[in-house]
Amino acid sequence: MAVTTYIDAIREGIWEEMEKDESVFILGEDVGIYGGAFKVTKGMLDKFGPMRVIDTPISESAIVGAAIGAALVGMRPVAEMQFIDFISCAFDQIVNFAAKCRYRWGAGVPIVVRGPSGGGVHGGPFHSQNPEAYFFNVPGLKIVCPSTAYDAKGLIKAAIRDPDPVLYFEHKYLYRRIKEDLPAEDFVVPIGKAILRREGEDLSIITYGAMVYKALEAAEALAQMGIDVEVLDLRSILPLDEEAILTTAKKTSKVIVLHEATLTGGPGGEVVARIAEKAFEYLDGPIVRIAPPDTPVPYSPPLEEAFLPQTKDIVEKAKKLAAY
Amino acid sequence: MAVDVIMPQMGESIAEGTIVKWLKGVGENVDRDEPLFEISTDKVDAEIPSPSAGVLLEILVPEGKTVEINTVVGRIGQAGEARGATAPKPSAAPAPSAAPVTPAPRPVPATPVAAPATPTPAPTQPAPQPAPQSAPAYVRSSPVVQKIAAEHGVDVSLVEGTGEGGRVTKKDIMTYIESASSSTPPVTQPAAPAPAPKAPAPAKPAVFASGQEEVREPMSIMRKKIAEHMVMSKHTSPHVYTIFEVDMNEVVKRRDAMKREFEAEGVKLTFLPFFIEACIRGIKEFPIINSAVDGETIIYKKTVNVGIAVALENGLIVPVIKHADQMNLLGLAKTAADLGERARSKRLMPDDVQGGTFTITNVGVFGGTFGLPIINQPQAAIMGIGTITKRPVVIDDAIAIRPIVYLSLSYDHRIIDGADAARFLTVVKRELEKPAGA
Repeated sequence: MAVTTYIDAIREGIWEEMEKDESVFILGEDVGIYGGAFKVTKGMLDKFGPMRVIDTPISESAIVGAAIGAALVGMRPVAEMQFIDFISCAFDQIVNFAAKCRYRWGAGVPIVVRGPSGGGVHGGPFHSQNPEAYFFNVPGLKIVCPSTAYDAKGLIKAAIRDPDPVLYFEHKYLYRRIKEDLPAEDFVVPIGKAILRREGEDLSIITYGAMVYKALEAAEALAQMGIDVEVLDLRSILPLDEEAILTTAKKTSKVIVLHEATLTGGPGGEVVARIAEKAFEYLDGPIVRIAPPDTPVPYSPPLEEAFLPQTKDIVEKAKKLAAY
Repeated sequence: MAVDVIMPQMGESIAEGTIVKWLKGVGENVDRDEPLFEISTDKVDAEIPSPSAGVLLEILVPEGKTVEINTVVGRIGQAGEARGATAPKPSAAPAPSAAPVTPAPRPVPATPVAAPATPTPAPTQPAPQPAPQSAPAYVRSSPVVQKIAAEHGVDVSLVEGTGEGGRVTKKDIMTYIESASSSTPPVTQPAAPAPAPKAPAPAKPAVFASGQEEVREPMSIMRKKIAEHMVMSKHTSPHVYTIFEVDMNEVVKRRDAMKREFEAEGVKLTFLPFFIEACIRGIKEFPIINSAVDGETIIYKKTVNVGIAVALENGLIVPVIKHADQMNLLGLAKTAADLGERARSKRLMPDDVQGGTFTITNVGVFGGTFGLPIINQPQAAIMGIGTITKRPVVIDDAIAIRPIVYLSLSYDHRIIDGADAARFLTVVKRELEKPAGA
């Protein structure tokens, strides 16, 4: 057991899969000589050589398109978006090609498109986004958003081994802040399975990614006030773990859905809808969403802080809901 | 002008009654003669109709509390009328001259759920205007609170809400249910009707909250009485059981032949009257079956009053067919049907459940091959009827398929020996098996 950071967990996951399976390779902007903008792919060029660690031109569409082509002839490419914000350049390749190949031809496209998402590091509107909602409405895709080092490693391995396209949204704020002891042996975290990070009786917070930590902080503060909060980390948002969502909703009867993607049309709306549809009779209050307002992510640090859901915001809304 | 609602007198010997359940909450509209509350007395349970149309302004006697007859238990008036503004102070003594009190209402037919109440003949009071369509006192709750309330038979308006704006929360109703089931109902002051303790919950499958290992629920009044009576009976009489197999072939033929005729009389002919008739024959030949013990004396009874056990949603009651020995098949069928229907719709009068000398219980209704019932004290015997099933039987060294029933007799061995019981059952069997033409 060694203490591993979230970012190293991603690298180790890819590394181990590349060692195990020759069809796995990586491609992206500056992933080779430079080792990636955040150093996720550091050392890989030396280890696996230029055939399996490919520096590409600055064209996300080309990166994903090439990955799809390779996947169709039997490879398992892992494509990096230098910042996940740029994934929109590859939108057509992902939604019209990768996501639909199996449906049209029975041809699976086992690609992983990964990259740093999220704010909190003063990256401004083009380097802080959470674009999962754009893809949430696309049948044929899977979307994972790990929050811990264990899940980061377990989910990148599951994504690489998955027979269909997986979007892997890692959170840059967690890269070096989150670390834990990881088991030495090989493990995966199943896609589509949520996990309870904290058990509670009074109220549930359903969340994922970096917001898991805000939810846990809020839960600590609320416990001091006698409010017992349960925190469900979705880990995957496509497919959603509906069973886990309904179980916690039925248990506590009061639910907050929290995410860092902006409010309108965010994945939280779907979670809320499922609960309203399938657990209505178990509700003891309105289902509350907490998410950033519908604006671009501000560059100004105080504005960004105001934009992102903070622990105190969650505590306030949870107190209100608990008292409802 | 508010109208008092009083605890009615349900029978001559009855001095008090228990409010089992308010069917309306404070602030709810109620029509005249619409079932307003359920009571339980020594003898029967009944739904009591509202004496007037209007809004239930006050509940003065909470669920679970026993009061003397004629006690004011609630008040009905117009929406917005102040509580207790015009009516006399609630007290145990009725105030006949003050408010226009209707006479003690008689129970009206009201099946627990669907069937509308049949109005009793209107007393002299002028029909009050229906309450204006103002909103009833709306109790704020939530889907989960409504669901829990329905499952536990709780009136949400009686639960004190601690949520925003007095909303009843899930925690509130769970606390309410837990406190109601873990403590005996505290006596509430008549003037403070709000958070009344929960009275007996109906027998519904227990709902276990997550992590909960057991649910405690107080027995209903009926359940307590059944429990007492059963223990007393087993304690009093050494029970012995004898079981006979009876071929129902001839009864089936007779019933088929008579069904039409009975239908014309508006009566559905079941097998029960045939069993009653056969038992009466048996009793005539062996009167010990229709007897009772008084200390060291045996009381033989000339009249045969046959109790018929009727299963209810949450218990059991045994109305009695009086003078069954003087009735023909049609009379037995009619009386049994009437008693059964009134038992299920809570309209039995105390007289209906008294004076039985022998009881029949149909365990076959629920699929039992036969049962070993407990004697309905102070009677000496009870007969159980099993389910009638086609079985292969040997007749004249050939195998035939016949509708077979098992009759069980539980009897008090202090006064009835096995031989008597078998002789009695032999007559019953003979009567049931006698050729249809005979």
